[in-house]
Amino acid sequence: MDGYIIGTIIKAALVLAIISALAGFGTYIERKVLAFMQRRLGPTHVGPYGLLQILADGIKLFTKEDFIPSGSNRLIFMIAPIITAATAFIALAAVPMLPEFTIFGVTVRPIIADINIGLLFVLGMMAAGLYGPLLAGMAQDNKWGLLGAARTAVQFLSYEVVTGLSILAPVMIVGSLSLIDFNNYQSGGMGDWLIWKQPLAFVLFLIAGFAETNRTPFDLLEHEAEVVSGYATEYSGMRWGMFFIGEYANMITIGFLASLIFLGGFNSWGFLPGGLAIILKVSFFFFLMLWVRASWPHVRPDQLMWLCWKVLMPLAVINVTLTGLVMMF
Amino acid sequence: MMETFAFYFFAVLITALFLVTVLSQNILYAMTSLAAGMVLISGLFFILGADFLGVVQLIVYVGAVMALYAFAMMFFDATGRIKERHSHPALVFLLGGLTAVMLVVIFAAPQIGHNIQALFPTADGMDNPHAVGLVLFTKYLVPFEVAAVMLLVAMIAGIILAGKKMERSLSKIDDSKLETSDEKDER
Repeated sequence: MDGYIIGTIIKAALVLAIISALAGFGTYIERKVLAFMQRRLGPTHVGPYGLLQILADGIKLFTKEDFIPSGSNRLIFMIAPIITAATAFIALAAVPMLPEFTIFGVTVRPIIADINIGLLFVLGMMAAGLYGPLLAGMAQDNKWGLLGAARTAVQFLSYEVVTGLSILAPVMIVGSLSLIDFNNYQSGGMGDWLIWKQPLAFVLFLIAGFAETNRTPFDLLEHEAEVVSGYATEYSGMRWGMFFIGEYANMITIGFLASLIFLGGFNSWGFLPGGLAIILKVSFFFFLMLWVRASWPHVRPDQLMWLCWKVLMPLAVINVTLTGLVMMF
Repeated sequence: MMETFAFYFFAVLITALFLVTVLSQNILYAMTSLAAGMVLISGLFFILGADFLGVVQLIVYVGAVMALYAFAMMFFDATGRIKERHSHPALVFLLGGLTAVMLVVIFAAPQIGHNIQALFPTADGMDNPHAVGLVLFTKYLVPFEVAAVMLLVAMIAGIILAGKKMERSLSKIDDSKLETSDEKDER
């Protein structure tokens, strides 16, 4: 029992350290990829290939003056960024990252909490993360912030139903809410991947995932051209940074979910061992998000609402009904 | 031991948060503590071993309180204070009496609780969602389906009420047309 608790604490600390480091690295990769796709240069001045830019950004974020505007609601203003970052990491607790491996004679299962309702827990916690932007926008005495908060509510009410319904069809096929069961269901090689049985659910989940992580086609919350910086208008320094650590952690979580549910998870893939396979898949989804950001324009809030409720939700319901009929007969 | 400690931890936190909800004059504090209390209630479900219900509580109330926030944004000044009038002393008296009765019941509950037996004891080796599903689709099938139909009706009604102009999608109209002749379309 003691060993279990210590192991869990070590795993949690490792996930926290690695994912927040990856979040910092993510900003660098994002700028480089966007620069490459839009024929710009990206960071070049600090260090080789601009690699030390991450360090410079970190120093800047940590040492920048951390002020709280006088009109704002102090306590809520201070809590809001913590909610975003904390829920993003809590959601990662139920995600199995890698296959089991043995180190120093101890078998390690790289999942912090193996609960039998992992999928629901991850989606619920990620949804709770949107309280960060909402409270941030409402706590500041600033109309751009309030508009950002209103858009957060719009976005949440739009995508949440689609996420749930798109996941429902794969859940019906596998018959479990545990992400490890999803992985084991697809252990028979590439032909067993759920994406071949549920292509529509995959596309719907990916679109809802983009809205959930508030990535570019749906980044209504902080669209500079429309609402200055939305919910983040009055934030500075590390409080602002925590919103972005949360956003990048959520992107990684969505990558893990998509690869675990639809793309075979951490089963070994041909000659590739399982651990490397899932890292490649998650990297692909991360790259896809940057790719989409480089190539798609923003949508308006009413367009997002229209898309989710009039197009995606009926498609998801039809998909669930068809899956049920196929399974019944 | 751990369960007892966790129960009192959650109980104190939830009570304190809901007290803030009732007593605070600031709408933002009231709603945030309401949301936090709702989330922490799922902790009690987790202690009871009802993981599935705990997560459902989390998801359902996260969405529901988000809608409440949207109302607060429309109707109140989020950073200001609310002045409430207390014009019904009789109501306060009644609520106070009911609270006293509640307290007596709460403290008597452990004595009564020994006699309670589960109507549907969970079978061994069964996951939480499986147990819920089994009861839902055997014993409570009719109420479950009635609730499902009700929710469908509510969903359709909500979409119709909210989207009276949904047939003319804003995204399909030319921007130039939208800016110049919007008022003409209304007539």
